[in-house]
Order: sequence, then C-alpha cells, then structure tokens
Amino acid sequence: MTRIWLLLTGVLAIIIFATSLLVVIPNTMIGQVKIPSQLSDYTALQARGREVYVSEGCVYCHSQQVRDPVYTSDKERGWGPRATVPSDYVYDKPHQLGTMRTGPDLINIGVRQPSDQWHHVHLFNPRSLMAWSIMPAFPYLYTVRDSASIKPGEVFYSVPGGKLPAGKVIVPTADGDALVAYLKSLRRTYPVPTGDEPAARSIGGRSEHTMP
Amino acid sequence: MSATLPARVIALASPITDMENLDIRLRADASSRQVALRAIAFSVVWLLVGSAFGLIASFKLHMPDWLVSNPMLTFGRIRSAHLNAMAYGWASSAMLGVSVWIIPRLVHTELRVPKAAEAGLYFWNIGMVLGIVGILAGYSDGLEWLEMPRYWADPFFVIGGGLVGLSLLSTIAVREVEHLYVSVWYIMAAFIWFPIIFVVGNWPTYSGVESAAVNWFYAHNALGLWLTPVCLAAAYYFIPKILGRPIYSYQLSLLGFWTLGFFYSLNGMHHLIGGPLPTWMITTSVVASGLMIIPVMAVGVNQHMTLNKRFGALRYSPTLRFIVFGSVAYTLVSLQGVFMAFREVNRLTHFTHVTVAHAHVGLYSFVTMIMFGSIYYILPRLLGREWVSEKLISWHFWAVGIGQTVYLVPLTVAGMFQGVAMADPTSTWETVVRAMLPGLIGRSIGGTLLTIGHCVFAWHVFLMFRGGKQKQGLPPFHEVAPIVTKRDKASFVAGGVK
Repeated sequence: MTRIWLLLTGVLAIIIFATSLLVVIPNTMIGQVKIPSQLSDYTALQARGREVYVSEGCVYCHSQQVRDPVYTSDKERGWGPRATVPSDYVYDKPHQLGTMRTGPDLINIGVRQPSDQWHHVHLFNPRSLMAWSIMPAFPYLYTVRDSASIKPGEVFYSVPGGKLPAGKVIVPTADGDALVAYLKSLRRTYPVPTGDEPAARSIGGRSEHTMP
Repeated sequence: MSATLPARVIALASPITDMENLDIRLRADASSRQVALRAIAFSVVWLLVGSAFGLIASFKLHMPDWLVSNPMLTFGRIRSAHLNAMAYGWASSAMLGVSVWIIPRLVHTELRVPKAAEAGLYFWNIGMVLGIVGILAGYSDGLEWLEMPRYWADPFFVIGGGLVGLSLLSTIAVREVEHLYVSVWYIMAAFIWFPIIFVVGNWPTYSGVESAAVNWFYAHNALGLWLTPVCLAAAYYFIPKILGRPIYSYQLSLLGFWTLGFFYSLNGMHHLIGGPLPTWMITTSVVASGLMIIPVMAVGVNQHMTLNKRFGALRYSPTLRFIVFGSVAYTLVSLQGVFMAFREVNRLTHFTHVTVAHAHVGLYSFVTMIMFGSIYYILPRLLGREWVSEKLISWHFWAVGIGQTVYLVPLTVAGMFQGVAMADPTSTWETVVRAMLPGLIGRSIGGTLLTIGHCVFAWHVFLMFRGGKQKQGLPPFHEVAPIVTKRDKASFVAGGVK
C-alpha cells in the first residue's frame, strides 16, 4: 500500500460504520423503551447503595440478568420468573449486567432474600451462613459493638457461626444500610411490559429463542 | 540525552542480512531513543504493579477472609486495578514505546515532533496513576475496561494517545519510502481507532442496556482495535527482520488487515449473548466473531509461512522465541474466541472462568509475550549494550511459559465444570463453587510463577538501564546462531561467514 489517504479513509470508514451500527442506531431504538409502570426509580438510599455496589466491584462476580428459559437454566435456578428485558434497566446507570457468575445472579435478589438480617450478616461475613462461600467479607461496612452498648431503637445484628466473640454485635454503617436497601430493591418479577417482549424486539417479529 | 547512538550498536546487527540501510536505522533509532526508553521503563513498572494486584486478587478468590478490613483491598477494586494496570499501564505503555521505535525505522526517517510523543507518554502515565488511585479509592465508573474515573483520569489517555499518534502520523507523512509496510498500517490504524473508541466508550449519557452495549463495544475494541493491531505490527516487523527473509504474502497481509478492522469492530455484543439486548445486535456480533476466522487465518498462515523451515532460529533469538509464542497464541485464542461466540458453546462458557482464562490467553500469551519479545530486541539497540545474562532470559521465558500453562489449563477446565454445573438447575450453588475452586487455586500458583518471571525480567531490564560493567563479546545465545537449518549451515561455511 502506498497511499496514506486511502489507508486513513478506510480506517475511519470502519470505525464510523461499527459505531453507527452498534452505538448510534441502537441508541435511537432502545432510547424509545417505555418505563414499566411497576418499576420505580431508586430512592436516595437505594441509589447510594448502588454506588457502593459499583465501587466495591460486585459486578465482577454477580450478574444482573435472567437469560431466556428455553436457552438457559437461569429461570429454573430460581433467578427470576422470566428473561429480563431492556425496560427492566431504564434506571440503571452505569449498567451492572455483568459477565461473570462466581456468585449467583442478583437481578431478583430482593425477592429471594427480603430479610435485612440475612443480607447484613451475609455481607459482614458470608461464611457465617455458608461455610463453603468464597465471597469476600465486608467488615468495613459494619461497626462491631458490645451488645451492652446498644441503645434502645438502634438496629443491630448478632452474627452466627462463631464469626464474632460472645457479647459482640454488628451495627451497619450508612454504606452498609444503603447497600442492603439497594439489594432488596432488585426485583424484576412483574410481567414483561407491552412492546418489550423478546419477540417484538427481533427482526421480523421472530424470536431467536427457538433453540431446542 | 544524546541524539547519537554508541558505535557499539553496529556490532549488534545480524551479520548476514542487516548491513543494508544501517545508517537509516541508526538515525531512526536515535530519534526515537528517549521516548522509547522511557516508555519501556514505565511499562515495566506497571508490569510489576499489575502483577501484585493480580496476585492479590487471585489469592482472595480462594482465601476470602484475607485482607478484608481495608476497602482499598477488596476483591472488586483490586481486580479492576489489575486489569487497568496491565492493559493500559504495562501493555499500552510498552506499545507506545514499540510504535515510536518501529515507525521511523519503517518509513526511513527520524521521528517527527518527538516532544509531542514524549508529552503524550507522560500524559498517559499520569492518567494511569490517577486512574488506579481512583479505582482503589472507590471511584470506579463501574464499566468493565472503563473503570478509571471518566473525568479526572480518562482525558489524559485521549490527549496522551492523541499526542503520540500525532507524532507517528507526522513521521509517516514525511516518509522517505514509497511503500508502507503492513506494520505501518496496523500502528497507524490503532492510533486513530483508540481515541475514538475511548471517547465513545466513556460517553456519559448512556444508561441501562445502551450502557451495556456501549461498554462491550468499547471493551472488545480495546482488544481488537488497539492492543491487537500494535502487537500484530510488532510480530510482522520482527519475524521477517530476525529471519532476514521477506513476509510470505503481501496479499494475505492486506486481507488480514482490512478484515480485522471490519469484523473485529463488530464483535463486542458477543459478551452479552442471551442478555436483554435487541437480538439483531447480538447476532451481528456472533456473525462478525465467526468471520474473524478470515483475518486470523490470513495472519496466522502469513506468519507461519514466513517462519517455515526456519524454526531453528527460535533457539538463538530470544525475541523470536517470545514473538512466535505470541503469534501462535494469537491464532489459538482467536479461534477459541470464534467458538466461544457460538450460542451453543456460549450458553455453557458465558459467566464462567473459561472467559477469564480466554482473556488471559489474549492479553498474556499473545499481547504480553509479543511485548516481551519486542523489548528484548529494542533495548540493546537503544542502550548500545547487550543483555547481561542468558540465564535471566531463559528463566524469564520458562517461568512465564510454565506459569501460563499452570494458570490457564486448570482455570479453563474448572470453568467448564462451573458452566456444566450452572446449566444443571438441580446442582446447588455450593456444587458450582466447588467445581471452580481447583481452577482458582491453580491460577494462584500459575500467577505466582508469572510474577517470578516478571521480577526476573524487570531485574534484567534494570541491569540494562543501570549499565556499568559490560559483558564483552557476542550477544546471548550467539553460539547457536545464526545457523538455523542444515542448508544454512552449509552455505555459511561455504560463504565463509563465521
């Protein structure tokens, strides 16, 4: 090749074509997704919890998506009653769909584990509930206190499994509270909003999800 | 720093083929010397930093109560610090150095605006420091491959990459050769593509599944349109250079280049197969991933045929040994990637450690090995002294060679078991975790070996920079050189070259 302009033009054409196809066009299409009536925006506390989720890198082990039941066992595993759709994520910025399942999917963890206590004890030390767990402990989201020092009205949790000395309890920090509020808000069990069914999204109205 | 090279460099040129255009190469090397040396020095520092992060992250996955009291050391932060330190700190800094060194040689002129290139290198590395500190302090942007804070780290990469690109393009524009060699195409393209994809990927307006699409559009292109082209450029330069024979086929290199750009740029959505994206987007990427067979085979066949019947040269050239390792890995990892993009395979391997292992075949066995090889060739020529020790080179090669095997094989196998266990809804999550554990432990052992190799390499690079007592005589492994085949041996003896 001897012509620089030809090289430059080709190189630019390639990236413009790819960006148009995978970023600009989808942006205009997905941008029209309707907000499901059953899905509300995160509260201030949940949004803060989401920031903790992002900064601690939970996404590197936990996905937030249920794939098609015909194609995967995600539904049978109890991760959700249906495949998730674009409108389930309208409030998610940045997305946390994830590409790794060292731990289970969390898009419906708020349904599976609605208990504050379970989440707090589990986050403080996952091995207090499941000895085989390899999830990191997050002791810095809690303060360890003498149970005698707890004032009336203060929320505290005792930790099973011998992970704390007798007489000690944990009190969540603001970040710990927020993270659990976010986790409990993860619920995408309502029916798929009209117009957002997988079949309606594919070309020619035919679903890809026909694999036996 | 002086703009001239020590006369001793002349002695380093291969005796048979390399005397032609020697003065051009000396001028070219002198012009890029300062930037290239600093880029290599920075890259080796990031290699050590990134290794430490990677090792900590790896051990944490099977020692989950280790180093948990400080949020800066939690797995999610250390893992991103590792990825960014390696991809942008180590590999990219090394690539900046290799690029500014190769381009002047290939266009037969001095590097133009070297100050811009040097400033670009500094910008890039300042961005790295800010980015890593940001991630560790909890300010990740939350997008894989784009974790470094959008507003106070990322602009440094656009400006830094842009400045180095400016210097390279200015050099190519005033070239003193008619023909542009294939390595020039790849490097030129990479430096145009990178700032564009990096800005698109970091654009702050996307949310929901758009955010996911843009994330993976960027992340796959960071490999396909940035790391891959520069490393292929290096392989295309060094293999013919060291063997002293031309590249096998010009047509194949053309085919490989254009199809790489066209198909690789559309690959990203295969990271979201089965996910809540419009089907046509994912299908586009699956098809483009399948078509990657074309550029991969074009490059693979071209480089293999160039090497054909000269494999003996691997014994005497450490550069060739690392580069050929990397090139073979490129072919293998790309073919693996094609298969992993097929839905039937992906439904088992998606969300498993097979993907992590696969990413390391690409980023380590391909990219990192090519950069090691390049540095082994470039440093003696820029510093005017030979590598100090054959032993250190061998230890480095075998530590990382064995380390990769110990890292990759158990992790891939464990990832497959993980995928099979996840696909069976009756297996508990405990079963899934126990299936992946042997692989996670294997990775820590392999990672330790890799880190030992990196320390050996960094020590050797340090000895080179420090200078001091110089080993006299011929380069390492000279005693087996340059006899690469029996026929060569006969011709050397006949021609009196000894």
